[in-house]
Amino acid sequence: MLSKLRHKTVGIAGCGGLGSNCAVALARVGIGKLIIADFDVVDGSNLNRQHYFRNQIGQKKVLALKDNIEKISKDIKVIIHDIKLTAGNIVSIFKDCDVIVEAFDDAEMKQMIIETVLLEMPDKYLVSGVGLAGWGDNNSIRTRQEGKLFICGDEKNEVSETNPPLAPRVGIVANMQANQVLEILLPPLPTASGSLPAGRQVPEGGEK
Amino acid sequence: MQITLNNRPETFDEEEMTVSELLLIKNFTFRMLVIKVNGEVVKKEQRDTTIIKDGDDVAVIHLISGG
Repeated sequence: MLSKLRHKTVGIAGCGGLGSNCAVALARVGIGKLIIADFDVVDGSNLNRQHYFRNQIGQKKVLALKDNIEKISKDIKVIIHDIKLTAGNIVSIFKDCDVIVEAFDDAEMKQMIIETVLLEMPDKYLVSGVGLAGWGDNNSIRTRQEGKLFICGDEKNEVSETNPPLAPRVGIVANMQANQVLEILLPPLPTASGSLPAGRQVPEGGEK
Repeated sequence: MQITLNNRPETFDEEEMTVSELLLIKNFTFRMLVIKVNGEVVKKEQRDTTIIKDGDDVAVIHLISGG
């Protein structure tokens, strides 16, 4: 079943806490190709939640993440874009993706990519991460579907000085995004009773 | 009118209203929002002219920083 993933391409928009951890999860399950985009460099303060290492401080995130992914899997193809994503370049960078993962830090950027994909790439699945700051309150983190847009997170906890982004909750949301990508790309998993889980609106047989 | 707002039924005294009026009534004051009415994106500059009426399905997504 998982062999289907070898022929799938996932775009990762932003390689911070959400993007780096989501990309690593997708690499581990055998996604064929990742298209990763970010303009930033690894900073020491990122290591509390992002999938980078001390010896990578100062490196471009896309290069460091590609290195880390290729240490996990030799079969995956990683395409990097060292660029600031805008409404003007998102379509061309991610047009060949089966699913796009929104993994920006900034609310304004999140709005920009969601509106751009909904308006200009209406057939594309988009999995966004919204609300992950702080700690605890596991049960507030969930997924909401609006057509082909999925929102993972608590939709309420914004990052601030008193509400920092930390590895556990950022990792939960990043992995929830990766898990949503699998639900989109793979056929439904039968439940114990043999019926399909409630609320699924992904076509049978997974995304073509 | 009765509409579906973020997957929940909501009833208003008004027969219809603009998206901007809905945001005001519901006190949705977040700076960054993505709004869909019946599946169609309503951009910021369209909020004053897009009318919501009985039976409409409205999604208001609040975008907050962190990633």
